[in-house]
Amino acid sequence: MAFEPKIIGFLCNWCSYTGADLAGVSRIKSAPNVRILRTMCSGRVDPAFILKAFQLGADGVVVMGCHLGDCHYQEGNFKTIRRIPFLHRLIGGFGIDRRRLRLEWVSASEGERFAEVVNQFTEEIRSLGPLKLPVHAEMRRDVRRVKDLEEATH
Amino acid sequence: MARPTLALYWAASCGGCEIAVLDLQEKILDVANAFDIVLWPVAMDFKYADIRGRADKSIDLCLFNGSIRNSENEEIARLLRDKSRVLVAFGSCAMEGGIPGLANLTSKEEILKFVFRDSPSTVTTNGGVMPQTHSTMPEGKIEIPELWETVRALDQVVEVEYYVPGCPPVPGQIWNVVEHILSGKPLPPPGSVLGAGSKTCCDECSRTKQEKKLTRFYRPFEIQMDPERCLLEQGIVCMGPATRDGCGALCPKANMPCRGCYGLPPNVTDQGAKMVSAISSVIDAHEPEEIEKILDQVVDPLGTFYRFSLAHSILRRVQKP
Amino acid sequence: MRQIKIDPVTRLEGHGKIDIFLNDDGEVVKTYFQIPELRGFEQFCVGRPVEEMPRITTRICGVCPEAHHMASVKACDMVFHVEVPPTAKKLRQLLYNVFFAGDHTTHFYALGGPDFIVGPDAPPAERNILGVVKKVGLEVGGKVIEMRKRTQEVIKTIGGKQTHQVTALPGGISKGLTEEERSRIEEHCRWFVDFGQFTQKVFEDIVLKNKAYVDLILSDAYSMKIHSMGLVDEMNRVNFYDGRVRVVDPHGQEVVKYAPHEYLDNVAEHVEPWTYLKFPFLKKVGWKGFVEGKESGVYWATPLSRLNAADGMPTPLAQAEYEKMYTTLGGKPVHATLATHWARIIELLSASEMALELAKDPEITGPHIRNIPTETPTEGFGIVEAPRGTLTHHYVTDSRGILTKVNLIVGTTNNYAPISMSVQKAAKGMIRKGTEVTEGVLNTIEMAFRAYDPCFGCATHAFTGRPSVKIRLLDASGSVLQVFDRT
Repeated sequence: MAFEPKIIGFLCNWCSYTGADLAGVSRIKSAPNVRILRTMCSGRVDPAFILKAFQLGADGVVVMGCHLGDCHYQEGNFKTIRRIPFLHRLIGGFGIDRRRLRLEWVSASEGERFAEVVNQFTEEIRSLGPLKLPVHAEMRRDVRRVKDLEEATH
Repeated sequence: MARPTLALYWAASCGGCEIAVLDLQEKILDVANAFDIVLWPVAMDFKYADIRGRADKSIDLCLFNGSIRNSENEEIARLLRDKSRVLVAFGSCAMEGGIPGLANLTSKEEILKFVFRDSPSTVTTNGGVMPQTHSTMPEGKIEIPELWETVRALDQVVEVEYYVPGCPPVPGQIWNVVEHILSGKPLPPPGSVLGAGSKTCCDECSRTKQEKKLTRFYRPFEIQMDPERCLLEQGIVCMGPATRDGCGALCPKANMPCRGCYGLPPNVTDQGAKMVSAISSVIDAHEPEEIEKILDQVVDPLGTFYRFSLAHSILRRVQKP
Repeated sequence: MRQIKIDPVTRLEGHGKIDIFLNDDGEVVKTYFQIPELRGFEQFCVGRPVEEMPRITTRICGVCPEAHHMASVKACDMVFHVEVPPTAKKLRQLLYNVFFAGDHTTHFYALGGPDFIVGPDAPPAERNILGVVKKVGLEVGGKVIEMRKRTQEVIKTIGGKQTHQVTALPGGISKGLTEEERSRIEEHCRWFVDFGQFTQKVFEDIVLKNKAYVDLILSDAYSMKIHSMGLVDEMNRVNFYDGRVRVVDPHGQEVVKYAPHEYLDNVAEHVEPWTYLKFPFLKKVGWKGFVEGKESGVYWATPLSRLNAADGMPTPLAQAEYEKMYTTLGGKPVHATLATHWARIIELLSASEMALELAKDPEITGPHIRNIPTETPTEGFGIVEAPRGTLTHHYVTDSRGILTKVNLIVGTTNNYAPISMSVQKAAKGMIRKGTEVTEGVLNTIEMAFRAYDPCFGCATHAFTGRPSVKIRLLDASGSVLQVFDRT
């Protein structure tokens, strides 16, 4: 079976989620691989959510927000433009290819752009392949002994 | 009436938690009088066989410090879990992996290779033979435990009733916990953190906090640090925002930044994520280039944010190189 | 062959196990002292900022974190090519000497001391601090707790935390001393000197006046004729914090005196595949196996070896005791392992005297406690004497001060070969053909390693006097012949 990327998308309510809606309403085709989670602002996206997404099996994570200057809450996306590069360093340290985490600005009227981002990112993750992390095996409940767990992981 | 039984054990530990218990000073006599100590390898001569011979759940309280690094640590953790009614992850290592957890940034192979082959002072034997778990000597067979690939906290191996954070837990807090237990008052629900607060180190820290607008970070040796003002405001990376209170903010009091040894505050699942969030919030820059420059000044985020909690972080360990 | 296992060894810091093999005549053929733990600091510190090392390496040992804190910061100073202001250096030394006195106290009174003070043949129930108290009086227990309390208070004042200090950083120390703090510390130091003298008296009354004990100290089963190592100052006096490493051969002749950056020319580590700890030896002499003598590279780094390697103590009261010890034991160097306990309390006194001197120094409350490094970081070496042996930290960094290589030779590691040899020697001496292997006999074997041992043990906890070992005697097929349950 060919690899189908599992991507988690955090979309801000006011701009990018609306943009995604627009893409849908406009019948613009986009890859189905992005599972969307709506937050009120991209600044609400706690870095822990992103790490959790990878922990639970996401191959890629995309965060979408309003263009700078357009944030419904004024400053929210400014925090995001600092958090994501910072997170890149963190996940890079863990051995996760930085390209698996992406930040994009998509406004409410940019249905086309939304589709473009989704399609392009899906292909990028497809070429990177599935993300296998040591923690995936650690999450297993059915294995009791460390020896068995480590043999499964490594 | 028989005294309640108490066991203290150390896994991959430094002995600091034992010292912290001793730092109860004369109050240690109250502990010795109130409990019948059935295991404490550092100070008493009970052996593993004594514990194996006990009935299940016959140890009323077990304070377990140290992380799970090898097969012996795991074996004794499981043994003590079976024999203990209440098992406490005592100290940072048992609670979240501690500093030995930093080994999750490297691998067992890399460690063994350096220690037994590549270290500049090491002379290799037989072309670089590594330690063997089982050795057949001319006289007979001897063995040592197997190192596991990944360092784990206690609750990643067995169920744990309570947690006492700190590296080590400060004696005053240890006494609070012991006193509570001795008083007979009901304990909080299992899974609770004892001997600590429910806020962050910042709440305990007496430094002045004004507005944080950071355009630059400094490493502690690079500048003279103002002893009155918030360290983060001065551009010194301080783990206070992502660390549970309870220690009295000892390190900021000593003019050094917090490094997170009291572990995760309530409702935080990852100290690294929390610090990324906190620091990003106070960086005063909007241009990508400027931001990258400032972030480069936060050296070793992995080893700093996860100094004590890597084993219990969301991602737990790096990919094996 | 019959195999006796002691697992784990107890009343010491760390994990260890001993296997004793006997032939059909009941004689000890061989013993193995294995170390089952390895955490990998040298490897996982690569990639860390070097200035964090004084706070990371303390976690190697929570009993002597001060030793790592100091060795580490000295290596960091050198990495950054930065001078430390005199006030900062004195503060570090004050903390260090106070720590030394406290650490030696707990070992002597609660760990190794009881074997000695109460006697190796005493019933196990008395071979602990309680027995010590019975022998010398109740005030002793209280005094030991007081000593620990006072030393910890000083350490917290200067080091920031009682366990795992934080204040040392490259170029100085993060926190200075107020006059109020200094005055309180001076008062504590006077108390420490009194306590140090009290301890000499305890040793004299209980041990030296007892001929049987003196004979035991000088007996062959506990002798170890190997090289001695210790840090000395420019006048070849014992110094715990700074100086050069001096090594003398079993006859007392100096073979080398090296500066920290020369350690790789002088010390190497031998690997055996049955243990996770390596065996340091003198490189120029060479590894000849677990053997004694001038031609063997095996050396020890203990309080006794420090006194052997030096020409004297840096403080007057301790110097008098130093001279007395060598006169009593027949001259320098002394090779009686059990005399390490004596050397230890002489160091306790010396450290207390040094601390008092520093506490009275007006410069110690000075405001200038840090120099900001300006040079590009490269490489550094820091050596101190930990209570249990010479401690070496070696760091290499990139131009940002991020570690690329870390090499450590830790106190007790120096003594791993002699400990193994002492255990075997004691076993061979104590278990002979026809000997009934009782718990008393086994305790005399444990005494051999306890003399070296760093550990702390608890002044108030080794009460219950439970015996130390459960022994199973197995024949070659693994059937149990006899069980000694000392518990």
